[in-house]
Amino acid sequence: MLRFLTRRTLGAAVTLVIIAAITFFLFFAIPSDPARLACGKVCPPELLEQARHNLGLDQPLFAQFTAWLTGIFAGRDYGGLGYCPAPCLGYSFVNQAPVFETILDRLPVTISLTIGAAAVFLVFGVATGIIAALNQGRPLDKIASVSSLIGFSLQIYFVGTLALYFLVYKNQILARPQYLPFTEDPLAWASGLALPWVVLSIIFTANYTRMTRSTMVEQLGEDYVRTARAKGMKGRSVVMRFALRGTLTTVVTIFGVDLGALIGGAIITETTFGLQGLGRLSINAVTDSDLPVLMATVLVAAGAIIVFNIVVDALYAFIDPRVRLS
Amino acid sequence: MTIPAPATAEPGKTLAAKAPETTGRSPGRLMWLRFRRDRTGVASAAVVVFFLLVAALAPAISWLYGKDPYTLYGQDTPGLLNDFGYPVLPNGGVSSEFWFGIEPNLGRDVFMQLVYGIRTSLLIAAAATVLVTAIGIVMGIVAGYAGGKTDYAIGRVIDITLSFPSTLFIIAFMPVVENVFVSPDEETPVWLRAVTLIVMLTAFQWAGIARILRGQVLSLREREFVEAARVTGASPARIIFKELLPNLWTPILIQATLLLPALVTAEAALSFLGVGMIEPIPDWGRMFLRGTQVYHNDITYLIFPGVALLIFVIAFNLLGDSVRDAFDPKIKR
Repeated sequence: MLRFLTRRTLGAAVTLVIIAAITFFLFFAIPSDPARLACGKVCPPELLEQARHNLGLDQPLFAQFTAWLTGIFAGRDYGGLGYCPAPCLGYSFVNQAPVFETILDRLPVTISLTIGAAAVFLVFGVATGIIAALNQGRPLDKIASVSSLIGFSLQIYFVGTLALYFLVYKNQILARPQYLPFTEDPLAWASGLALPWVVLSIIFTANYTRMTRSTMVEQLGEDYVRTARAKGMKGRSVVMRFALRGTLTTVVTIFGVDLGALIGGAIITETTFGLQGLGRLSINAVTDSDLPVLMATVLVAAGAIIVFNIVVDALYAFIDPRVRLS
Repeated sequence: MTIPAPATAEPGKTLAAKAPETTGRSPGRLMWLRFRRDRTGVASAAVVVFFLLVAALAPAISWLYGKDPYTLYGQDTPGLLNDFGYPVLPNGGVSSEFWFGIEPNLGRDVFMQLVYGIRTSLLIAAAATVLVTAIGIVMGIVAGYAGGKTDYAIGRVIDITLSFPSTLFIIAFMPVVENVFVSPDEETPVWLRAVTLIVMLTAFQWAGIARILRGQVLSLREREFVEAARVTGASPARIIFKELLPNLWTPILIQATLLLPALVTAEAALSFLGVGMIEPIPDWGRMFLRGTQVYHNDITYLIFPGVALLIFVIAFNLLGDSVRDAFDPKIKR
């Protein structure tokens, strides 16, 4: 286990550095002048030159990248512009704040959005999948199949906006989507995010229903399930102890992918509902040509995908003892 | 060589025939026979063909309907849009003249926008699908067949590609492309935007199909018929094209049918986020963008592209499932 984790963590670090490097060098072509932003509107040339030097913009491109990279671990001194303690992801002159603080500021929005929706679609999706599999070919199964097909084909910006129109704007059934910190008022937190959770759940549940159903049907046909039945085990225990366990591998796989994608920034969801999470932050960074923030959001998003990949692979070993970590 | 598929026997017919004809059925023919019996598959295929026809015949439809997607009817004819730029008639201005209503502000015909919009979405998605499949096939086969260091290298590239936050990256990359290829005083040409979209979508999608095909090749490589071919001195080219590829067409076709709707929605999502097709080329994604801006006053404008895309994606997903069932009857959904 330890060897597996060490090896995968090292691999993840290498992947992240490569992704960071690709992003850094590609986006250097964006026309932006952080020094001018740092210096302010009225900026004499010699001060601009000074700011440029402090930000390290007069260095060659590769040196700038290594400076950025070491800044994450060692912090960075911006000369007269201040010091950025580790983990330093740079300083955004658009937001007038260290990038790391901005990320920490936005992260709770994205995490709240993800956790609430994930809890609903995981439980609901797996449950409907099991029910459909146990009622294979009957009306319940057909209903589950058809609705999951529709859910699977829906788009967030379409259903989300329809829901906004009919549930919030026309009938005031749900509150206008907004983020309020959980620590201040849990109830307001939940009601502010209820609509995005519902819409995300409608779309994501479908995949879980489909996958759970098909794996479950396969599992119920396995020899060990038949053996358990033959020796007189009750139907419910067979499903819960044997068939469900075999299904978990599939569920964990897609759950890992979805969580990684959502935490990395649900760009479309946050845009549709006007929530100021990481996804919105990254889009704003693009429009403002805010390279440090963009780099950070790409890094966080890629990091989320990679971390959940590793977690999923590690979980396989717990769910299915036949899988060896290597 | 192809792995022989179990022949679907039709006992009634063969027994009744005077002289039992034992004509061989190719796997393609068997697939077609199975597909024809699948009613959902045939129905979804009909819907898909309908969409393709509408896209192909867009100019003819425009001529019959008497309108085009570019004219600003609402601005040219007074009385169609009110002072705020919204259609005067209820339901987004749906009438016998404007079947699906009028676009707010610009006053273009929604029906024509939808019909011509299919062309944009389908062309971009189809081009990307072809590229993705081609690159996926080459990379998958090379990685699986060559093995060793080549396999390791391609495997790492696939890993990194799949770890990229692709939507964010494409959005961020658009201004870069514009900055490099277009001088500030020029407008972005339509072809450049289309090509960039196709290339970017391809760049992030090929890894998935390559990974699947690599796995297939790895298991096929160990099969007896490939070994036999190698022993008899067949060249690698012959093994790849005559032994491996015929067995890969099934997963390739299934992946491609599922890829196309995924790419149509991906393109629509990018347009929704503001980096898709540029005006005045009709585009579904941009209709969504506009629709979400005006939904308070004109929800109809959002509903038409939304429902159209929904039907399109459902039909394609169903078709993909049916194709898989027809090719591989052992896998039951």
